[in-house]
Amino acid sequence: MPDESPSTAMYHTPGALFARVVIYTILIIAAIYFLIPLLVMIITSLKTMGDIRTGHLISWPREVTLDAWKEAWGSACIGVKCEGIKGYFWNSVRMVIPAVVISTVMGAANGYVFSKWRFRGSEMLFSCLLLGCFIPFQVILLPMASTLGRLGIAQSITGLIMVHIVYGLAFTTLFFRNFYVTVPDDLVRAAKIDGAGFFRIFWKILLPISAPIFVVSIIWQMTQIWNDFLFGVAFSGGDSQPVTVALNNLVNTSTGVKKYNVDMAAAIIAGVPTLLVYIAAGKYFLRGLTAGAVKG
Amino acid sequence: MADLSLSHPKGFFDYLEDAIPKLVLAPTFLAALVFIYGFILWTAWISMTQSALLPNYRISAGYRITTKALTKMKNEGVSENVLTKLRILEKHERTDKKSKFLRDVKKQIGAEQLRIYQDVILTHSYSHDLFIATCIALGLILAIFLDQRIRAEGALRTIYLYPMALSFIVTGAAWKWILNPDLGLERLVRNLGFAEFNFDWLVNSDMAIYTVVIAAVWQSTGFVMALFLAGLRGIDEAIIKAAQVDGASLPRIYLRIIIPSLRPAFLSTVIILSHIAIKSFDLVMVLTRGGPGYSSDLPATFMYAFAFNRGRLGFGASSAMMMFFAVMAIIIPYLYSELRKTRYA
Repeated sequence: MPDESPSTAMYHTPGALFARVVIYTILIIAAIYFLIPLLVMIITSLKTMGDIRTGHLISWPREVTLDAWKEAWGSACIGVKCEGIKGYFWNSVRMVIPAVVISTVMGAANGYVFSKWRFRGSEMLFSCLLLGCFIPFQVILLPMASTLGRLGIAQSITGLIMVHIVYGLAFTTLFFRNFYVTVPDDLVRAAKIDGAGFFRIFWKILLPISAPIFVVSIIWQMTQIWNDFLFGVAFSGGDSQPVTVALNNLVNTSTGVKKYNVDMAAAIIAGVPTLLVYIAAGKYFLRGLTAGAVKG
Repeated sequence: MADLSLSHPKGFFDYLEDAIPKLVLAPTFLAALVFIYGFILWTAWISMTQSALLPNYRISAGYRITTKALTKMKNEGVSENVLTKLRILEKHERTDKKSKFLRDVKKQIGAEQLRIYQDVILTHSYSHDLFIATCIALGLILAIFLDQRIRAEGALRTIYLYPMALSFIVTGAAWKWILNPDLGLERLVRNLGFAEFNFDWLVNSDMAIYTVVIAAVWQSTGFVMALFLAGLRGIDEAIIKAAQVDGASLPRIYLRIIIPSLRPAFLSTVIILSHIAIKSFDLVMVLTRGGPGYSSDLPATFMYAFAFNRGRLGFGASSAMMMFFAVMAIIIPYLYSELRKTRYA
């Protein structure tokens, strides 16, 4: 390619125009590649089993039916129970809401202390807490299973809520601490001189500007906890399983005729809440992802 | 407010005021101390105290080896070689307390389990490298192309990144269906006219691990793209302009200037992807359950199977500790350099 000056000259040579076409083609092919699994899920979930056996992955359903969705929600057999995934879906909801609220509120308070009320050793403490973002959770599974048993909350939603709060705290604290660090210390110092106390400063100065970081933290925690499988499969049983565990059991069941349309409908149902959050607040989702991942 | 602070009673309330931040942190501090540090030590302790060999089969001295135990071991892949020796042992009424024979057999079983674990680690390291290399290559290409003043960039970005919002169980279920050996991709390609096309990776022990890689790459590429795109947007345009004035071609500018200056983005991407790969559990569980055999087992699934399904706590705990050390070996140097950077920058 010969010398090119930027932007203005871009389309002026045939070569540049060609490059442009290639770039758009590749980007669109990539978009199709990312969308195809979703498309396959939706198409399959709308087919009948007969249709699935005679057609192929992306053949259009001969008759569109919601039967698979009804079965996935209300009557598919998971384990010995044939009540669909609705119960497990609500388990996830009942688990996610308290876990997200408590871990976010505690994270906000911790982040506030770590950024605006530092004391001797608080930086050290923060670094130690950060380890919680990185450990592979396999390393705490056995002790946690034993502890939950001793506390009498093994295989219960309460137990899962506690586990998610404990291991979410490192992330939420990190989010809020890094956000509050950017608030000028002078604001807080002035308020202290005016006699405002710990809670008043938080309430009047920091909380009003915290909306974005609350959104980031809530979205991050919600997706993490909703999508969790490891804690769910290790610490829940029978009636307390979250939807990811139920979906895995449904997909991997080896008894009876395999109903792929029901599997796909169930998978979409399990994925819809986080997908909606992503579509509604993608910007904040990405912010949490990079903050949470680069540092954790 | 100012005059109030003057009449503020000194003493007890001042102590309280000082203590509030610490009191606020106390629950988190305790939780971290117990549930992170305490539990890691606890796992380390389990890994060293519980018999890593055969806590379940009771072939320690003085116990009889039952036929049931032997069948169970056979199902778990203990080799014929060892089983034959154990059958000899079974014929004795009670095993001799200080039997050298017994010690040898136990050693051999331990060695076999270790060999399986080594296979698992090997599987992991191959798939790990393949996963990271593919994600970086695809993510970088997408990021560079997206950075060319593309119309509808926002929409494309949203599409590339949506898999990250989904659970691996959800996307794994989709891939399991797409890769279905009979009705999935195989059927589709055959319908396109390639009647001989075979695709059985999901149930083929040589290829099963690659189905995991395919699904994992699909899920993570958008995220890698986002990291690189952020890096590209951070590059000073003046440097690029200067190179253009000097007559450098666009590919040359990318190869010599832009990609080298993405070094920090490369580093964090590799770290994040390694971290994801070492912990990967969900996707394997839903796609292959580690099978056929042990062929697609990764450390996380291996640990879970041994600790929770087979009751071999010691072995499970020690593989968890190995995962922990692997992650720490990657993360601690990285964190250290990151923290230094923020302190001195």
